[in-house]
Amino acid sequence: MVGIVGYGAHIPRHRIKVEEIAKVWGADAPSYKKGLLLTQKSVPPPDTDTITLSVEATKNALKRAGNINPADIGAIYIGSESHPYAVKPSGTIVADAIGACPRIHCADFEFACKAGSEAMYVCLGLVKSGYVKYGLAIGGDTSQGAPGDALEYSAAAGAAAFIMGSDNVIAEILYTDAYMTDTPDFWRREHEYYPQHGGRFTGEPAYFTHTMGAAKAIMEKANMKPKDFTYAVFHQPNGKFPMRVGKMLGFTKEQIEPGWLSPVLGNTYSGASPMGLTSTLDIAKPGDKILMVSYGSGAGSDAFIWQVTDRINDVRDKAVRTRKLLDENLTFVDYGTYAKFRHKIRKNK
Amino acid sequence: MFPSRIWREKGQRYRLEAGKCRTCGYIAFPPRLVCPECGAVEFETIKLPDIGKLLTYTVIRVAPSQFTDEAPYAIGIAELPNGVKLTAQLVDCDVEKIKVGMDVRIEFRRIQTHDTHGVISYGYKFVPKWY
Repeated sequence: MVGIVGYGAHIPRHRIKVEEIAKVWGADAPSYKKGLLLTQKSVPPPDTDTITLSVEATKNALKRAGNINPADIGAIYIGSESHPYAVKPSGTIVADAIGACPRIHCADFEFACKAGSEAMYVCLGLVKSGYVKYGLAIGGDTSQGAPGDALEYSAAAGAAAFIMGSDNVIAEILYTDAYMTDTPDFWRREHEYYPQHGGRFTGEPAYFTHTMGAAKAIMEKANMKPKDFTYAVFHQPNGKFPMRVGKMLGFTKEQIEPGWLSPVLGNTYSGASPMGLTSTLDIAKPGDKILMVSYGSGAGSDAFIWQVTDRINDVRDKAVRTRKLLDENLTFVDYGTYAKFRHKIRKNK
Repeated sequence: MFPSRIWREKGQRYRLEAGKCRTCGYIAFPPRLVCPECGAVEFETIKLPDIGKLLTYTVIRVAPSQFTDEAPYAIGIAELPNGVKLTAQLVDCDVEKIKVGMDVRIEFRRIQTHDTHGVISYGYKFVPKWY
Protein backbone atom coordinates (compact mmCIF):
# COMPACT_ATOMS: atom_id res chain seq x y z
CA MET A 1 0.00 0.00 0.00
CA VAL A 2 1.47 3.36 -1.07
CA GLY A 3 0.30 6.73 0.20
CA ILE A 4 0.71 9.44 2.79
CA VAL A 5 2.49 8.38 5.99
CA GLY A 6 2.77 11.87 7.47
CA TYR A 7 1.28 15.27 6.68
CA GLY A 8 1.52 18.78 8.10
CA ALA A 9 0.87 22.42 7.33
CA HIS A 10 2.14 25.80 8.39
CA ILE A 11 0.60 29.28 8.09
CA PRO A 12 2.05 32.64 9.18
CA ARG A 13 0.19 34.30 12.09
CA HIS A 14 -0.37 37.63 10.31
CA ARG A 15 -3.50 38.52 8.32
CA ILE A 16 -4.77 41.49 6.37
CA LYS A 17 -8.46 42.13 5.70
CA VAL A 18 -9.92 42.89 2.27
CA GLU A 19 -11.21 46.22 3.64
CA GLU A 20 -7.68 47.32 4.56
CA ILE A 21 -6.39 46.73 1.02
CA ALA A 22 -9.48 48.20 -0.67
CA LYS A 23 -9.24 51.35 1.48
CA VAL A 24 -5.78 52.16 0.08
CA TRP A 25 -6.79 51.74 -3.56
CA GLY A 26 -10.22 53.35 -3.34
CA ALA A 27 -11.84 50.04 -4.23
CA ASP A 28 -15.22 48.77 -3.09
CA ALA A 29 -14.46 46.20 -0.39
CA PRO A 30 -17.95 44.58 -0.37
CA SER A 31 -17.66 43.98 -4.13
CA TYR A 32 -14.29 42.30 -3.76
CA LYS A 33 -15.49 40.24 -0.80
CA LYS A 34 -18.52 39.10 -2.74
CA GLY A 35 -16.66 38.61 -6.01
CA LEU A 36 -13.76 36.66 -4.53
CA LEU A 37 -15.71 35.20 -1.60
CA LEU A 38 -12.90 35.89 0.82
CA THR A 39 -12.53 38.23 3.78
CA GLN A 40 -8.80 38.18 4.55
CA LYS A 41 -5.51 36.57 3.65
CA SER A 42 -2.34 35.44 5.41
CA VAL A 43 0.73 37.67 5.30
CA PRO A 44 4.28 36.38 5.78
CA PRO A 45 6.50 38.53 8.01
CA PRO A 46 9.97 39.47 6.68
CA ASP A 47 11.66 36.42 8.23
CA THR A 48 9.27 33.95 6.61
CA ASP A 49 9.59 32.52 3.11
CA THR A 50 8.79 29.35 1.23
CA ILE A 51 11.75 27.58 2.84
CA THR A 52 10.84 28.44 6.44
CA LEU A 53 7.19 27.51 5.85
CA SER A 54 8.31 24.24 4.28
CA VAL A 55 10.52 23.35 7.24
CA GLU A 56 7.75 23.97 9.76
CA ALA A 57 5.17 22.05 7.70
CA THR A 58 7.63 19.17 7.38
CA LYS A 59 8.24 19.09 11.13
CA ASN A 60 4.49 18.56 11.57
CA ALA A 61 4.50 15.86 8.89
CA LEU A 62 7.38 14.07 10.66
CA LYS A 63 5.45 14.13 13.95
CA ARG A 64 2.49 12.42 12.29
CA ALA A 65 4.76 9.96 10.47
CA GLY A 66 5.71 8.50 13.84
CA ASN A 67 9.17 10.00 14.01
CA ILE A 68 10.61 8.10 11.08
CA ASN A 69 14.33 8.53 10.55
CA PRO A 70 14.66 11.58 8.25
CA ALA A 71 17.72 9.91 6.72
CA ASP A 72 15.32 7.36 5.20
CA ILE A 73 13.71 10.07 3.09
CA GLY A 74 15.15 9.46 -0.37
CA ALA A 75 13.64 12.38 -2.26
CA ILE A 76 12.55 15.94 -1.51
CA TYR A 77 10.60 18.03 -3.97
CA ILE A 78 9.34 21.51 -3.16
CA GLY A 79 6.76 23.02 -5.45
CA SER A 80 6.55 26.82 -5.35
CA GLU A 81 6.49 29.90 -7.50
CA SER A 82 8.23 31.89 -4.77
CA HIS A 83 11.45 29.97 -4.21
CA PRO A 84 13.67 32.47 -2.35
CA TYR A 85 16.54 32.02 -4.79
CA ALA A 86 16.42 32.26 -8.58
CA VAL A 87 19.48 30.00 -8.63
CA LYS A 88 19.98 27.73 -5.62
CA PRO A 89 17.58 25.02 -4.55
CA SER A 90 15.12 25.42 -1.69
CA GLY A 91 15.09 21.68 -1.12
CA THR A 92 18.70 21.42 0.04
CA ILE A 93 18.05 23.84 2.91
CA VAL A 94 14.85 22.07 3.97
CA ALA A 95 16.53 18.65 3.71
CA ASP A 96 19.48 19.78 5.84
CA ALA A 97 17.17 21.44 8.37
CA ILE A 98 15.28 18.19 8.97
CA GLY A 99 18.39 16.00 8.96
CA ALA A 100 17.69 14.20 5.67
CA CYS A 101 21.03 14.96 3.97
CA PRO A 102 23.10 13.77 2.16
CA ARG A 103 21.64 10.58 0.57
CA ILE A 104 18.61 12.29 -0.89
CA HIS A 105 17.46 13.33 -4.35
CA CYS A 106 16.32 16.94 -4.55
CA ALA A 107 14.61 19.20 -7.07
CA ASP A 108 12.56 22.37 -6.91
CA PHE A 109 9.36 22.27 -8.94
CA GLU A 110 7.54 25.11 -10.64
CA PHE A 111 4.15 25.09 -12.36
CA ALA A 112 2.30 28.13 -11.02
CA CYS A 113 -0.12 26.84 -8.35
CA LYS A 114 0.24 23.18 -9.34
CA ALA A 115 3.88 22.70 -8.31
CA GLY A 116 3.00 21.26 -4.90
CA SER A 117 0.76 18.52 -6.29
CA GLU A 118 3.46 17.74 -8.87
CA ALA A 119 5.83 17.02 -6.01
CA MET A 120 3.21 14.69 -4.50
CA TYR A 121 2.68 12.96 -7.85
CA VAL A 122 6.39 12.31 -8.39
CA CYS A 123 7.01 11.15 -4.81
CA LEU A 124 4.17 8.63 -5.07
CA GLY A 125 5.72 7.27 -8.25
CA LEU A 126 9.17 6.94 -6.72
CA VAL A 127 7.82 5.14 -3.66
CA LYS A 128 5.63 2.86 -5.75
CA SER A 129 8.55 1.92 -8.00
CA GLY A 130 10.73 1.16 -4.98
CA TYR A 131 13.32 3.80 -5.86
CA VAL A 132 12.96 5.47 -2.45
CA LYS A 133 11.61 4.37 0.92
CA TYR A 134 10.05 7.74 1.68
CA GLY A 135 9.53 10.79 -0.49
CA LEU A 136 8.90 14.29 0.90
CA ALA A 137 6.56 16.44 -1.20
CA ILE A 138 5.97 20.07 -0.26
CA GLY A 139 3.74 22.75 -1.75
CA GLY A 140 4.31 26.23 -0.39
CA ASP A 141 4.34 29.85 -1.43
CA THR A 142 4.64 33.41 -0.24
CA SER A 143 2.76 34.73 -3.22
CA GLN A 144 2.84 38.34 -4.41
CA GLY A 145 0.14 40.31 -6.19
CA ALA A 146 0.92 43.69 -7.72
CA PRO A 147 -0.28 46.62 -5.58
CA GLY A 148 -3.84 47.50 -6.53
CA ASP A 149 -4.26 44.41 -8.74
CA ALA A 150 -7.13 42.02 -8.03
CA LEU A 151 -4.51 39.41 -7.11
CA GLU A 152 -3.39 41.50 -4.17
CA TYR A 153 -6.59 40.64 -2.31
CA SER A 154 -5.88 36.92 -2.45
CA ALA A 155 -2.12 36.24 -2.83
CA ALA A 156 -1.22 34.63 0.50
CA ALA A 157 1.33 32.43 2.25
CA GLY A 158 1.31 28.87 3.57
CA ALA A 159 2.72 25.41 3.02
CA ALA A 160 1.79 21.75 3.29
CA ALA A 161 4.15 18.79 3.47
CA PHE A 162 3.48 15.12 2.79
CA ILE A 163 5.75 12.17 3.45
CA MET A 164 4.91 9.41 1.00
CA GLY A 165 5.74 5.82 1.86
CA SER A 166 4.52 2.26 1.81
CA ASP A 167 4.29 1.39 5.51
CA ASN A 168 2.04 2.91 8.20
CA VAL A 169 0.01 4.68 5.53
CA ILE A 170 -2.58 7.26 6.68
CA ALA A 171 -4.19 7.73 3.26
CA GLU A 172 -3.66 5.23 0.47
CA ILE A 173 -3.38 6.54 -3.07
CA LEU A 174 -5.94 4.70 -5.21
CA TYR A 175 -5.68 6.62 -8.49
CA THR A 176 -3.83 9.54 -10.05
CA ASP A 177 -4.49 11.41 -13.26
CA ALA A 178 -3.55 14.66 -14.97
CA TYR A 179 -5.01 17.07 -17.53
CA MET A 180 -2.84 19.62 -19.28
CA THR A 181 -2.83 22.05 -22.22
CA ASP A 182 -0.93 25.18 -23.20
CA THR A 183 -3.22 27.91 -21.85
CA PRO A 184 -1.47 31.22 -21.05
CA ASP A 185 -3.80 32.54 -18.33
CA PHE A 186 -1.18 33.69 -15.80
CA TRP A 187 2.59 34.16 -16.02
CA ARG A 188 5.62 35.95 -14.68
CA ARG A 189 8.60 36.64 -16.91
CA GLU A 190 12.21 36.40 -15.76
CA HIS A 191 13.25 39.37 -13.53
CA GLU A 192 9.65 40.56 -13.17
CA TYR A 193 8.53 41.01 -9.57
CA TYR A 194 4.79 40.55 -9.99
CA PRO A 195 2.84 38.12 -12.15
CA GLN A 196 0.52 39.09 -15.00
CA HIS A 197 -2.80 37.44 -15.68
CA GLY A 198 -5.50 37.29 -18.30
CA GLY A 199 -8.32 38.58 -16.10
CA ARG A 200 -11.50 36.63 -16.82
CA PHE A 201 -9.54 34.35 -19.16
CA THR A 202 -8.19 32.68 -15.99
CA GLY A 203 -11.67 31.29 -15.36
CA GLU A 204 -13.56 29.29 -17.95
CA PRO A 205 -10.83 28.13 -20.39
CA ALA A 206 -8.22 27.83 -17.65
CA TYR A 207 -9.24 26.92 -14.08
CA PHE A 208 -12.61 25.36 -14.84
CA THR A 209 -11.65 23.45 -18.00
CA HIS A 210 -8.57 21.85 -16.46
CA THR A 211 -9.97 21.20 -13.00
CA MET A 212 -13.09 19.59 -14.46
CA GLY A 213 -11.05 17.74 -17.07
CA ALA A 214 -8.82 16.13 -14.46
CA ALA A 215 -11.70 15.43 -12.06
CA LYS A 216 -13.84 13.77 -14.74
CA ALA A 217 -10.90 11.77 -16.08
CA ILE A 218 -9.93 10.32 -12.72
CA MET A 219 -13.53 9.55 -11.74
CA GLU A 220 -14.02 7.77 -15.05
CA LYS A 221 -10.79 5.82 -14.54
CA ALA A 222 -11.90 4.82 -11.02
CA ASN A 223 -15.51 4.26 -12.10
CA MET A 224 -16.63 6.55 -9.28
CA LYS A 225 -19.14 9.35 -8.99
CA PRO A 226 -19.19 12.40 -6.68
CA LYS A 227 -21.48 10.59 -4.24
CA ASP A 228 -18.78 7.93 -3.77
CA PHE A 229 -16.49 10.47 -2.08
CA THR A 230 -16.71 11.73 1.47
CA TYR A 231 -14.72 14.86 0.65
CA ALA A 232 -13.38 16.81 -2.32
CA VAL A 233 -10.54 19.34 -2.36
CA PHE A 234 -9.96 21.72 -5.25
CA HIS A 235 -7.41 24.40 -5.97
CA GLN A 236 -8.62 27.62 -4.41
CA PRO A 237 -7.39 30.84 -6.03
CA ASN A 238 -10.25 32.59 -4.24
CA GLY A 239 -13.25 31.50 -2.22
CA LYS A 240 -15.63 31.25 -5.15
CA PHE A 241 -13.90 29.02 -7.73
CA PRO A 242 -13.49 25.79 -5.69
CA MET A 243 -17.09 25.86 -4.50
CA ARG A 244 -18.37 26.60 -8.01
CA VAL A 245 -16.30 23.90 -9.74
CA GLY A 246 -17.30 21.41 -7.07
CA LYS A 247 -20.97 22.11 -7.62
CA MET A 248 -20.51 21.94 -11.42
CA LEU A 249 -19.05 18.44 -10.95
CA GLY A 250 -21.89 17.38 -8.65
CA PHE A 251 -20.28 17.69 -5.22
CA THR A 252 -22.10 19.16 -2.25
CA LYS A 253 -20.98 22.03 -0.03
CA GLU A 254 -20.55 19.56 2.84
CA GLN A 255 -18.04 17.53 0.80
CA ILE A 256 -15.97 20.59 -0.07
CA GLU A 257 -16.11 22.65 3.13
CA PRO A 258 -13.44 20.88 5.26
CA GLY A 259 -10.76 21.64 2.67
CA TRP A 260 -12.14 25.04 1.67
CA LEU A 261 -9.65 27.36 3.36
CA SER A 262 -9.37 30.26 0.93
CA PRO A 263 -12.22 32.44 2.33
CA VAL A 264 -10.07 33.21 5.39
CA LEU A 265 -6.61 32.20 4.14
CA GLY A 266 -6.38 33.54 0.59
CA ASN A 267 -4.62 31.76 -2.23
CA THR A 268 -1.48 29.98 -1.11
CA TYR A 269 -0.72 28.99 -4.71
CA SER A 270 1.33 25.77 -4.64
CA GLY A 271 0.16 25.22 -1.08
CA ALA A 272 -3.56 25.68 -1.79
CA SER A 273 -5.04 22.26 -2.57
CA PRO A 274 -2.32 20.44 -0.54
CA MET A 275 -3.26 22.53 2.51
CA GLY A 276 -6.92 21.81 1.83
CA LEU A 277 -6.04 18.11 1.91
CA THR A 278 -4.32 18.51 5.30
CA SER A 279 -7.38 20.11 6.87
CA THR A 280 -9.59 17.43 5.33
CA LEU A 281 -7.38 14.65 6.71
CA ASP A 282 -7.62 16.39 10.10
CA ILE A 283 -11.30 15.43 10.32
CA ALA A 284 -11.47 12.38 8.04
CA LYS A 285 -12.43 8.91 9.26
CA PRO A 286 -11.03 5.53 8.26
CA GLY A 287 -12.47 4.42 4.93
CA ASP A 288 -13.28 7.94 3.72
CA LYS A 289 -12.45 8.58 0.08
CA ILE A 290 -11.10 12.02 -0.86
CA LEU A 291 -10.83 13.54 -4.33
CA MET A 292 -8.11 16.17 -4.67
CA VAL A 293 -7.63 18.23 -7.83
CA SER A 294 -4.99 20.92 -8.10
CA TYR A 295 -4.73 23.59 -10.76
CA GLY A 296 -1.73 25.48 -12.05
CA SER A 297 -1.88 28.24 -14.62
CA GLY A 298 -0.22 27.65 -17.89
CA ALA A 299 -2.16 25.25 -17.46
CA GLY A 300 -2.90 21.92 -15.87
CA SER A 301 -4.45 19.92 -13.07
CA ASP A 302 -3.29 16.87 -11.12
CA ALA A 303 -5.96 14.62 -9.63
CA PHE A 304 -5.68 12.14 -6.77
CA ILE A 305 -8.09 9.74 -5.11
CA TRP A 306 -7.11 8.93 -1.51
CA GLN A 307 -8.61 6.39 0.87
CA VAL A 308 -8.09 7.12 4.55
CA THR A 309 -6.85 4.25 6.74
CA ASP A 310 -7.37 3.34 10.41
CA ARG A 311 -4.06 4.97 11.30
CA ILE A 312 -5.53 8.46 10.88
CA ASN A 313 -7.10 8.21 14.35
CA ASP A 314 -3.67 7.62 15.92
CA VAL A 315 -1.80 10.44 14.22
CA ARG A 316 -4.10 13.39 13.49
CA ASP A 317 -3.44 15.05 16.85
CA LYS A 318 0.28 14.40 16.96
CA ALA A 319 0.72 17.80 15.31
CA VAL A 320 -1.30 21.00 15.18
CA ARG A 321 -4.43 20.90 13.00
CA THR A 322 -4.58 23.17 9.98
CA ARG A 323 -7.84 24.86 11.05
CA LYS A 324 -6.23 25.84 14.33
CA LEU A 325 -3.38 27.50 12.45
CA LEU A 326 -5.96 29.19 10.28
CA ASP A 327 -8.34 30.50 12.93
CA GLU A 328 -6.46 31.13 16.18
CA ASN A 329 -3.83 33.52 17.56
CA LEU A 330 -4.00 35.92 14.61
CA THR A 331 -2.39 39.34 14.25
CA PHE A 332 -4.13 41.69 11.82
CA VAL A 333 -1.86 44.21 10.13
CA ASP A 334 -2.55 47.50 8.37
CA TYR A 335 -1.57 48.13 4.76
CA GLY A 336 1.61 49.98 5.71
CA THR A 337 2.89 47.06 7.75
CA TYR A 338 1.88 44.65 5.00
CA ALA A 339 3.69 46.77 2.39
CA LYS A 340 6.83 46.79 4.55
CA PHE A 341 6.64 43.03 5.20
CA ARG A 342 6.24 42.29 1.49
CA HIS A 343 9.00 44.69 0.37
CA LYS A 344 6.58 46.81 -1.62
CA ILE A 345 8.28 50.02 -0.47
CA ARG A 346 11.42 51.15 -2.27
CA LYS A 347 14.07 52.26 0.22
CA ASN A 348 17.47 53.89 -0.08
CA LYS A 349 20.25 51.32 -0.21
CA MET B 1 27.15 36.36 7.08
CA PHE B 2 29.65 34.57 4.84
CA PRO B 3 28.41 31.48 2.98
CA SER B 4 31.23 29.46 4.56
CA ARG B 5 30.01 30.34 8.06
CA ILE B 6 26.41 29.47 7.21
CA TRP B 7 27.64 26.13 5.92
CA ARG B 8 29.91 25.51 8.93
CA GLU B 9 27.23 26.31 11.50
CA LYS B 10 24.18 24.73 9.85
CA GLY B 11 24.05 21.86 12.34
CA GLN B 12 23.47 24.20 15.28
CA ARG B 13 21.53 26.86 13.37
CA TYR B 14 19.26 24.59 11.29
CA ARG B 15 18.88 21.54 13.53
CA LEU B 16 19.70 22.80 17.03
CA GLU B 17 22.52 20.30 17.33
CA ALA B 18 24.44 20.51 20.58
CA GLY B 19 27.42 18.59 21.94
CA LYS B 20 26.85 16.40 25.02
CA CYS B 21 30.06 15.59 26.90
CA ARG B 22 30.55 11.83 26.99
CA THR B 23 32.36 12.14 30.34
CA CYS B 24 30.25 14.49 32.50
CA GLY B 25 27.07 15.02 30.46
CA TYR B 26 27.49 18.79 30.04
CA ILE B 27 25.53 20.04 27.05
CA ALA B 28 27.41 22.62 24.99
CA PHE B 29 25.45 24.86 22.66
CA PRO B 30 26.91 25.93 20.38
CA PRO B 31 29.02 22.77 20.30
CA ARG B 32 32.57 23.01 21.68
CA LEU B 33 35.76 21.08 21.15
CA VAL B 34 36.63 20.92 24.88
CA CYS B 35 34.15 20.49 27.74
CA PRO B 36 34.25 23.61 29.99
CA GLU B 37 33.21 21.48 32.98
CA CYS B 38 35.63 18.53 32.87
CA GLY B 39 38.05 19.19 30.02
CA ALA B 40 37.05 16.10 28.07
CA VAL B 41 37.07 16.23 24.28
CA GLU B 42 34.56 13.51 23.36
CA PHE B 43 31.05 14.78 22.58
CA GLU B 44 27.86 13.11 21.40
CA THR B 45 25.73 15.16 19.01
CA ILE B 46 22.21 15.65 20.40
CA LYS B 47 19.24 17.68 19.19
CA LEU B 48 17.88 20.30 21.56
CA PRO B 49 14.15 20.36 22.38
CA ASP B 50 12.12 22.96 20.50
CA ILE B 51 10.32 24.48 23.49
CA GLY B 52 11.45 26.58 26.43
CA LYS B 53 10.59 29.21 29.02
CA LEU B 54 11.62 32.84 28.62
CA LEU B 55 14.12 33.87 31.31
CA THR B 56 14.79 37.43 30.21
CA TYR B 57 14.59 39.69 27.18
CA THR B 58 15.38 43.11 25.80
CA VAL B 59 13.69 45.14 23.08
CA ILE B 60 15.77 46.50 20.21
CA ARG B 61 14.31 49.75 18.91
CA VAL B 62 17.33 51.11 17.03
CA ALA B 63 18.29 48.13 14.94
CA PRO B 64 21.41 47.31 12.91
CA SER B 65 20.89 47.97 9.21
CA GLN B 66 20.00 44.38 8.29
CA PHE B 67 17.20 44.30 10.90
CA THR B 68 15.62 47.75 10.52
CA ASP B 69 12.48 46.33 8.85
CA GLU B 70 11.82 44.25 11.96
CA ALA B 71 12.24 46.95 14.65
CA PRO B 72 11.11 47.05 17.36
CA TYR B 73 11.94 43.41 18.08
CA ALA B 74 12.90 41.39 21.12
CA ILE B 75 15.94 39.28 21.86
CA GLY B 76 15.46 36.80 24.67
CA ILE B 77 17.10 34.01 26.60
CA ALA B 78 14.99 30.91 27.14
CA GLU B 79 15.71 27.87 29.26
CA LEU B 80 14.96 24.58 27.51
CA PRO B 81 13.65 21.50 29.37
CA ASN B 82 17.18 20.06 29.55
CA GLY B 83 18.56 23.19 31.23
CA VAL B 84 20.26 24.64 28.17
CA LYS B 85 19.90 28.41 27.91
CA LEU B 86 19.45 29.68 24.39
CA THR B 87 19.55 33.24 23.02
CA ALA B 88 17.36 34.11 20.05
CA GLN B 89 15.06 36.70 18.56
CA LEU B 90 11.46 36.51 19.85
CA VAL B 91 8.99 37.11 17.00
CA ASP B 92 5.27 36.91 16.17
CA CYS B 93 4.32 38.93 19.23
CA ASP B 94 3.74 42.47 20.42
CA VAL B 95 6.94 43.49 22.23
CA GLU B 96 4.83 45.30 24.83
CA LYS B 97 3.12 42.05 25.80
CA ILE B 98 6.18 39.87 26.36
CA LYS B 99 6.40 38.41 29.86
CA VAL B 100 9.33 36.77 31.60
CA GLY B 101 8.28 33.18 32.24
CA MET B 102 6.18 32.82 29.09
CA ASP B 103 6.44 29.56 27.18
CA VAL B 104 8.13 29.76 23.79
CA ARG B 105 8.50 27.46 20.84
CA ILE B 106 11.47 27.42 18.48
CA GLU B 107 10.75 27.93 14.78
CA PHE B 108 12.91 27.96 11.66
CA ARG B 109 13.14 31.47 10.20
CA ARG B 110 15.27 33.75 8.09
CA ILE B 111 17.89 35.39 10.28
CA GLN B 112 19.33 37.94 7.90
CA THR B 113 19.87 38.68 4.25
CA HIS B 114 22.30 40.89 2.42
CA ASP B 115 20.05 43.17 0.37
CA THR B 116 18.42 41.30 -2.52
CA HIS B 117 21.56 39.68 -3.86
CA GLY B 118 23.36 38.08 -0.90
CA VAL B 119 23.07 34.63 0.57
CA ILE B 120 20.17 34.18 3.00
CA SER B 121 21.01 32.88 6.46
CA TYR B 122 18.45 30.75 8.25
CA GLY B 123 18.22 29.64 11.83
CA TYR B 124 16.10 29.48 14.96
CA LYS B 125 13.85 32.06 16.58
CA PHE B 126 11.45 31.99 19.50
CA VAL B 127 7.72 32.44 19.03
CA PRO B 128 5.10 32.44 21.82
CA LYS B 129 3.93 28.88 22.47
CA TRP B 130 0.20 29.22 21.88
CA TYR B 131 -0.79 25.59 21.25
